[in-house]
Amino acid sequence: MEPILQIQNLRKEFKEFTLKDINLTLERGFIMGFIGPNGAGKSTTIKNILNLMNRDSGEIKLFGKDNVKHEIEVKNKIGFVLDESYYYEEITVLEMKSIMSSFYKNWDEAAFKRYLKDFGISPKKKIKELSKGMKMKFSLAVALSHHAELLIMDEPTSGLDPVVRSELLDILSDLMQDENKGVFFSTHITSDLDKIADYITFIDNGQIVFSAAKDDILDNYGLVKGPKELVCYNNPADFIGIRENQYGFEGLVQNKEEFRKSCKEKVVIEKPTLEDIMVYYTRSIPVIKKNDL
Amino acid sequence: MMDIVLSNSSEQPIYEQITLQIKDSIIKGTLKEAEILPSIRNLAKELKISVITTKRAYEELERDGFITIVPGKGTYVAAQNKDLLRESRIRIVEEKLLEAVNASKSSDLTFDELVEMLKLLYEEDI
Repeated sequence: MEPILQIQNLRKEFKEFTLKDINLTLERGFIMGFIGPNGAGKSTTIKNILNLMNRDSGEIKLFGKDNVKHEIEVKNKIGFVLDESYYYEEITVLEMKSIMSSFYKNWDEAAFKRYLKDFGISPKKKIKELSKGMKMKFSLAVALSHHAELLIMDEPTSGLDPVVRSELLDILSDLMQDENKGVFFSTHITSDLDKIADYITFIDNGQIVFSAAKDDILDNYGLVKGPKELVCYNNPADFIGIRENQYGFEGLVQNKEEFRKSCKEKVVIEKPTLEDIMVYYTRSIPVIKKNDL
Repeated sequence: MMDIVLSNSSEQPIYEQITLQIKDSIIKGTLKEAEILPSIRNLAKELKISVITTKRAYEELERDGFITIVPGKGTYVAAQNKDLLRESRIRIVEEKLLEAVNASKSSDLTFDELVEMLKLLYEEDI
């Protein structure tokens, strides 16, 4: 079957920033987390997927179809949740729903009512009276009520408290019981993704650093800790990033088994979190060691 | 029904934690032969983990003969493995006992003393 989302060599140039040849593929039935620091190109990529921005080159296919040539058709099958609220603030939830539902071919009113109830959103409230979490849930209700096959979310969890974030995870894992759906979401709060994402695509400075199964990433990378006198520590090329303190060092290696084999000294090797990986990559080598100062 | 408790701080990969715990449940008999297991998507949802992880766990369990995956129908606890399993466990006990025998011979422990010690340990453990 065609991938639910496929980006090939996507390029977009701005004066001071370039999205450089982005490639990624998401199959049906999986959740992909799109991570990277602020300004790395996450939102630019998402805007290109939704055709809210003209690309310079490359190709984006949704459900196997070009996202520009078949825009209306593919958008009927997409639900999106963006960071900023894009609703009219002064009208009620119900009024906003009437506007949104008219865009979609497969609008399911009963489903929408059920989601409002499940999410605890009062239909009579004005949009501006909804909290940030409620607005996100309203967007989700709209996205899910037209039976979207692909959910695209830009920073859906930013600014939300842990309770709402965990509710979102519940909703997503419910959704994924259907193996034909797909979810693509960007975030810089990686602890959400540590849990349910199947694939992680990491973007930094407009370039994809890696796009791989989360389990492979978390099981292969290692966080090495030890004293600075270690011989193994003297080859900075082994490390993706290093952090030193007065009493020792901490560094990220890409293949902990290989490192364990080559380093005969006593070191602690831990399983990193996605956040560790993101931080060490973006802090970038060369690291200035204390002695050089 | 089986229990699965996952630890994020453990060095052991999550899929391995799942396979070990399901194996344990099968050995202990909490999971009975031909009993249906949750689907990979359902298990992933309940444990709040990736479907890739649960899929891998099931694949390993199937490879080791603990479960049978019937495409389109479901996943079941496999039939014959209990005897096999018991046998492999007995083999482990034999090996350990042999070690104990060798150790007692080299420290001049008599057979009766060894039996006495084993008896005490066995009863104590319960």
